[in-house]
Amino acid sequence: MLNEKNIFGFPLPRIDGPLKTTGTAPYAAEYHDPGMLFGHAFYATIASGRIVSIDTAKAEAYPGVVKVYTHKNRPDTASSDDAWKDEVAVPGHPLRPLENDRILYDGQPIALVIAESFEAARDAADLIQVAYEADEPHTNIEVEKAKSYVPPEARKEAFLPTDPRGDAEGAYEAAPFKIDAEYVQEGEHHNPMELFGTTVIRGEDGYLTVHDKTQGSQNSHDYVCGIFKLKPETVRVVNAYVGGAFGSGLRPKHQLFFAVMASLDLKRSVRVEMSRREMFYLTWRPATVQRMQVAADAEGRLMSVRHHAVQATSLYEDYQENVVNWSGLAYKCDNVKLSYELAKTTLSTPGDMRAPGAATGFLALESAIDELAYKVGMDPLEFRVKNFVTYDQNDDLKLTSKALDACYREGAKRFGWSKRSQEPGSMRDGHDLVGWGTATGVWEATLSPAEAKVRLFPDGKITVMAAASDIGTGTYTILAQIAAQNLGQTADRVSVLIGDSTMPKTAVEGGSWTAASSGSAVQAGCLEVKKTLLSLAQKMENSPLAGAEVEDLAIRDNRLVLDKNDQMGLAIADILGSNGMSSVEGHGKIAPDEEQAKEWVSYTHSAIFVEVKIDAELGVPRVTKIVSAIAAGKIINPKTARSQILGGVVMGLGMAMQEEGMIDHRTGRIMNHNLAEYHIPAHADVQDIEVIFVEEEDDKASPIGVKGLGEIGIVGVGAAVANAIFHATGTRHRHFPITIDKIMEGLPAR
Amino acid sequence: MRHPGGRRVRHFSYTRAETLGHAVAALAANPQARVLAGGTNLIDLMKYDVEHPGAIVDINRLPLRDIEELPNGGLRIGALVSNSAVAYDPRVAERYPLLASAILAGASPQLRNAATTGGNLLQRTRCYYFYDPATPCNKREPGSGCGAIGGVNRIHAILGASEHCIAVHPSDMCVALAALSATVEVEGPDGRRDIPFTDFHRLPGDHPERDNTMHQGEIVTAIRLEGNHFAHHHSYLKLRDRLSYAFALISVAAALDVKDGQIVDMRVALGGVAHKPWRDTLAEAEFAGQPATRETFATVADRLLAGAQGQGDNDFKVPMAHKAIVRALSQAAAGTPQIQAEKHVR
Ligand SMILES: Cc1cc2nc3c(=O)[nH]c(=O)nc-3n(C[C@H](O)[C@H](O)[C@H](O)COP(=O)(O)OP(=O)(O)OC[C@H]3O[C@@H](n4cnc5c(N)ncnc54)[C@H](O)[C@@H]3O)c2cc1C
Ligand code: SF4
Repeated sequence: MLNEKNIFGFPLPRIDGPLKTTGTAPYAAEYHDPGMLFGHAFYATIASGRIVSIDTAKAEAYPGVVKVYTHKNRPDTASSDDAWKDEVAVPGHPLRPLENDRILYDGQPIALVIAESFEAARDAADLIQVAYEADEPHTNIEVEKAKSYVPPEARKEAFLPTDPRGDAEGAYEAAPFKIDAEYVQEGEHHNPMELFGTTVIRGEDGYLTVHDKTQGSQNSHDYVCGIFKLKPETVRVVNAYVGGAFGSGLRPKHQLFFAVMASLDLKRSVRVEMSRREMFYLTWRPATVQRMQVAADAEGRLMSVRHHAVQATSLYEDYQENVVNWSGLAYKCDNVKLSYELAKTTLSTPGDMRAPGAATGFLALESAIDELAYKVGMDPLEFRVKNFVTYDQNDDLKLTSKALDACYREGAKRFGWSKRSQEPGSMRDGHDLVGWGTATGVWEATLSPAEAKVRLFPDGKITVMAAASDIGTGTYTILAQIAAQNLGQTADRVSVLIGDSTMPKTAVEGGSWTAASSGSAVQAGCLEVKKTLLSLAQKMENSPLAGAEVEDLAIRDNRLVLDKNDQMGLAIADILGSNGMSSVEGHGKIAPDEEQAKEWVSYTHSAIFVEVKIDAELGVPRVTKIVSAIAAGKIINPKTARSQILGGVVMGLGMAMQEEGMIDHRTGRIMNHNLAEYHIPAHADVQDIEVIFVEEEDDKASPIGVKGLGEIGIVGVGAAVANAIFHATGTRHRHFPITIDKIMEGLPAR
Repeated sequence: MRHPGGRRVRHFSYTRAETLGHAVAALAANPQARVLAGGTNLIDLMKYDVEHPGAIVDINRLPLRDIEELPNGGLRIGALVSNSAVAYDPRVAERYPLLASAILAGASPQLRNAATTGGNLLQRTRCYYFYDPATPCNKREPGSGCGAIGGVNRIHAILGASEHCIAVHPSDMCVALAALSATVEVEGPDGRRDIPFTDFHRLPGDHPERDNTMHQGEIVTAIRLEGNHFAHHHSYLKLRDRLSYAFALISVAAALDVKDGQIVDMRVALGGVAHKPWRDTLAEAEFAGQPATRETFATVADRLLAGAQGQGDNDFKVPMAHKAIVRALSQAAAGTPQIQAEKHVR
């Protein structure tokens, strides 16, 4: 029976919720094997240089220690960079833990202790003695940007700045209103609740089951098979539950390498887990300096946009993001010039963090647009509406849908924007200066190739299988909803088996593409199931479905029936029974439509409205209200969807006002490497947040009409906050995060 | 014990003290011993490899969990009374609301439930370098240098620092106790003694490894509150990097006795500015008889911050402290103390 509670648009609570809230969903470092060994890594404490000597004798002699690995005794691995490059690797020479004596960043793992207990491994690691030859650290982006360069190899074609169009310089010079400003954003560090951990369980046959904290089990699988030259069938990687990732788990981390290396070498099961401190040495959102030069005419038409970004990367890889291209497509503008460069630092390779590139680029773009609106003397929302663009000007492509105009309207209405007065410092509430700011966000809506298997049983139970990951976003839940909807069942009859490298091929869980991609693959699998059932049914004698086409069919009460006349049909049990089958399976596959891509492109959009209240004397900032209006295609599950946006908005608040890796540039070491001193918003900082979904009908974005929601929520939030602070105080803050001291110093005189 | 190889290995003995005498003896017997109370600071520091006590003396069984009435109308708070129990005790809330407010401005409910009165006094600085054994720190490793000078020092001192250490004491509760002129009761091998609160913590000077003036083997047994309650004119104002759950960049415990618009008695203690809760009683006394106005309070701030000096990242603390002093005193004078659950500044 089709229950409306299980179909698209119903806020079905997460089906994995009870497991997680009762602590019964196992995470990677929670699997156990009797006789298992434990690893503890040892990390460099200089930012750059060489290991002159490393003495592990005392660690080796420590009771319980089995072996200590350093660059001197690391087992053989593949030698080519290609073998070390995972699915989402970036140009360069990927870090090979314990490769040689070179230190490339503070916090680089330089030894691994394996012991019979975690405690023994940790204690012994403290007995390792290292002598270094240290070089100068280079960690300050504002200094290192002087040596910026265009990356010789692009991470992705799409990340290359688009070609200039029109005459950005000339139009800028000729325009009456212009802004030329530099924006600096400090590095941010991933801190999902689950730490990176890997448990390798070695079977009696020598096969390895690897429980890894990752956003892609198959990526980890292929990575370890490549490095250790293993036959694919001898390794299975499982990431059944992932305690948050946000991009940190896209690329394999050294604990995976260490656990597999030790397990193969010692022929034992092994677990290696990181501590919170190590989270600050990996996959961070790079510090960025951006220069925006934008100009408008007297009517508020955008005449010129130039956007130049310099981002930090490591000595060994050229990590890159699409920071600047957004500036060529967010608004209508005929004169655009975009450029993007990197600066080497003695820090670990940065990595993707929720809306990588866009979160950073929109910080600058949407601040500059706001500044320009004020120069022109226009309401900042009106200015944005005025420059609305209906196609992708960068590549001259049509948009599959763009309900951003409705987001502006709906969001503004809900927020009460019309009551805003333009003059900075003109709105007050007691001691507080009140500021209202807005910003726009854009994120790509892409589809990645994906496969899924769907199996239907005679009693209506369904199993869905895919290698997809649920990093806390609700993948389990929406895949169940999609299968249930397509096969006329309730979601509670669907078992979703994901997070396993032996399942049908799926890309890493990133880029907000999982719902659209895996969801469409499940839908395709369901269609295959129906097709098979139909052909089986048609083979039966006197089949009531003899002349039917698959499009005419529905499944109701476990019967395959004609949608328009459900008296005509057959029980699924009978169809299978008479063909001697116990279940039917469909294999769904989807891939981006390359033909369509020549003409069409998809984006998600957002309009954010922020209210800040700032104590007029002390500068204490409170973000009291946020409205985030989102256009992202069809919403399958408003509950998990809303959670994604709320999470993105809160992360955006952190980016705007709190998150900052504080580096001692004399030593190149991050000093606030714990959650007491690396600040993210606390409950008190998160006040009223309203999420509005403006639904779009869009069958080009993905076969199921979904665009993806994981990242759009954060884009633009930082700028909207900065714009609100400007509206409250009259001071533009261009150095993020905007902390209380900066606000205090920028208060209007009393 | 130093392991011949390098850093210390984390072996320690554990003793559960059944009597105060037992605890003092165990502590006095071993200079490496540490008292365990709520454990919210000590255990963290052990995990970070900052503290490596040779012995742990768990005092949680000792009868130090009461808040007693004193004949003079004051209160005696046992060293093991939790921060929450103090803040929500009706007598404290009524008689010493400044103390209750300061406690509620600190940490999180979970931490306040676990943290004790004695532990709060003896918590260590949050200096980034102190917490990171890979860096130099005179407080952690005397003679190794001070990483924070010339380094990342957003949260550091602007008053009373030395060339050896610029750390601040992180407590909120202690700032109120300093303003209220509390007394610390300690018990040691040589018996009991009282330490006036403002003498309990010390400035770093040449010995930043010493946070306070307790002697080896002494245990804090109680805090005594006597004298003026400042129940009407007080305020605890805390400025920090987020609206909750962050240590103070600047905090002010202000208390006033006002008669006919004039200051009779004024107390101003500052948190987040020095190695101890900062009070200048001589300066305070100069303002007796002056009008309780913003203008006076600005002069108070000038006077208290006369010698203040930033360290680079924390230069903003000097003007911030000035504004905070004026505001907290204004709140106190108006009888509208800052309410910690309200996030807007009154
Ligand atoms: C994330 C975080 C945020 C925090 N934020 C704040 C904040 O905003 N404001 C604030 O004020 N505090 C804050 N705290 C600190 C908290 O208040 C202290 O950790 C707590 O008060 C310590 O009390 P405890 O009983 O747990 O001490 P313990 O950890 O048990 O002990 C701390 C020290 O005191 C010694 N000790 C304890 N009791 C005695 C005694 N009776 N006699 C002698 N020595 C003793 C111990 O040996 C140890 O050296 C925060 C802590 C954390 C972890
Ligand atoms: S300020 Fe004090 S605690 Fe911090 S590094 Fe210097 S000596 Fe150590």
